Amino acid sequence: MDDKPHLSTQFDAEINAVSTRVLEMGGQVESQLAQAIYSLRHLDVEAARTVLQVEKRVNQMEVDIDADITQIIAKRQPTARDLRLLVAISKAIANLERAGDEAARIARMARDIVESGTPMTIGISDLQHASDLAIEQMRKSLDAFARLDEKAAVDIVESDFRIDEEFDGFTRKVITYVMEDPRAISTMLDLMFVAKAIERIGDHAKNIAELVIYIVRGTDVRHNKEAFREVAGSLGSAL
Amino acid sequence: MSAVAETLQSPACMTVKNLDFYYGKYKAIKNVNMEIAKNKVTAFIGPSGCGKSTLLRIFNRMFELYPEQRAEGEILLDGQNILTSKEDVSLVRAKIGMVFQKPTPFPMSIYDNIAFGIKLYEKLPKSELDDRVEWALTKTALWGEVKDKLQQSGMSLSGGQQQRLCIARGVAIKPEVLLLDEPTSALDPISTAKVEELVIELKRDYTVAIVTHNMQQAARVSDFTAYMYLGELIEFGETNQIFLKPKKQETEDYITGRFG
Repeated sequence: MDDKPHLSTQFDAEINAVSTRVLEMGGQVESQLAQAIYSLRHLDVEAARTVLQVEKRVNQMEVDIDADITQIIAKRQPTARDLRLLVAISKAIANLERAGDEAARIARMARDIVESGTPMTIGISDLQHASDLAIEQMRKSLDAFARLDEKAAVDIVESDFRIDEEFDGFTRKVITYVMEDPRAISTMLDLMFVAKAIERIGDHAKNIAELVIYIVRGTDVRHNKEAFREVAGSLGSAL
Repeated sequence: MSAVAETLQSPACMTVKNLDFYYGKYKAIKNVNMEIAKNKVTAFIGPSGCGKSTLLRIFNRMFELYPEQRAEGEILLDGQNILTSKEDVSLVRAKIGMVFQKPTPFPMSIYDNIAFGIKLYEKLPKSELDDRVEWALTKTALWGEVKDKLQQSGMSLSGGQQQRLCIARGVAIKPEVLLLDEPTSALDPISTAKVEELVIELKRDYTVAIVTHNMQQAARVSDFTAYMYLGELIEFGETNQIFLKPKKQETEDYITGRFG
C-alpha cells in the first residue's frame, strides 16, 4: 500500500497481515487451477489429489481471513479506503474460494475418468486455450490486487469476454461432435462441465478485478456497465 | 488554498459566506463558505485547533463577549446577516441555541432551568409555561425521569441527564438552529447514545450543527459533514460520501487515522 502509515502502527500491522494472507491464498488457488488443468490433460491422478488436498486448506484460509477482518472492523471502525479494502478483501476471498472449488471439480473429474478406466479420446485440447486464459486472468487479477493497480483491473474486466467467446465456441464444437457420434454424449457432458468451470474461474478473476477498482476509486462497477465505462474512460482505456 | 463552496441538495437554513475570524491578529477562520441545511444535522470534525468550535461560536455571536475578537463576512439566517444585524444579540441567541461540552445546568430547580430561558423571551401564563416545560423535557426524553422531582436542583441529576436538561433548555425557547459543541465528550456511552438518539429526533423540528471529536459520532448522527483544518473548510459534503469516499486526500488521511 502506497499510503501514509496510520497513527496506530498496530492497525497497519493488522491490515498488512490480512493483505499478505489474501495473496498467500491467491497463490494457493493459482496453483490449484494449474494442477487441475494439468491433471485433466495428462490424466494424472496425483495432481488431481493434490488439488483436492489444497482445497481444504483454501477453505480454511477463507474462514480465517474473514475472522481477522471482522476483528479489525470491531476494534478499529475503519473508514474510507480502509473500510473499502476490508470489505473488498472479504468478497475477494469468497471469489478465490469458489475458483478453488471449480479447480476441485475439474480435478475430481480427472480422477473419476482415470479410476473408471473410460478412454478419453477427444476434446481436452480444445479447452487448452480457454483454461490458459482463465489462469492468466486469475494471475493478473491477483497482481492487480497486490499492487492496487486500477488500470490492470480495467484490462482484466475488458478481457473477460475472450473466455466467454471460447466457451461459446466450445459449446458449438461439442454439439457438432455429439451429432456426429451420439455415443460420445457422456464424455461430452463431462467436458461441458469442465468448460463451464473454466468460464466461472474467469468470472471470479473478473470479480476480483472489479473489487480492485472499488478499493482504489470507491466506484462499484459490478453490474454497472456505465460506471465501468466511465472508470475505463478516465484511465484512457480504449473501450 | 482552496475554499470549499458546496451547494447541498437540501434547502439551506444558514448560509456562510466568505467568513474570516480573528483572535486579535491571529486569523482562526479562513474564508469559509458553506450552507447549513434546514432540518438536517451538520457535523464539524477536525483536529484540535482547526477552528470548528470557533466557527460554532461565531454562529450565535458568542465571540462578541471578547473585544479583541472579530468576524468578517456574512452568516445569513432568514436572509439577514446575523453578524451585522442591529438585532439584540440575545434575540439572535433565541434563534440559535447552544449546548456546551460540559453540562451547565443553572443552580436552580429542574423546572426553573427550563422556565428561566422561556421567561426571558415570552410572557406565558403559568399553565402554558408548565406545558412548555413538559414539552421540552418530553422532547429530550427526560420527562419520564424527572417529572416527579421538578423542584429538585438541576445539579442533582446525573451527567447525562444534566446534558439533556441543557438541551431541553435550548429547545424550550424554540430556536431555529441548535448548536452542540461536543455535547457528549463528558458522558458515558449510555448517556452518549441517548443524546445521539435525541439529536436525530431533534432534526425534525430544528436544524442542528454539532462539533465532535468522535468521528464515529459524526458518522452516526449527521447528514452532512464538514472537515476543517487550520481554520479552513477542507471538505464538506454528505456524511455517507465523506466516510466512504472522501474527495480530498487530507480528509481521507484524517478520517482513516493517518493524520500526523
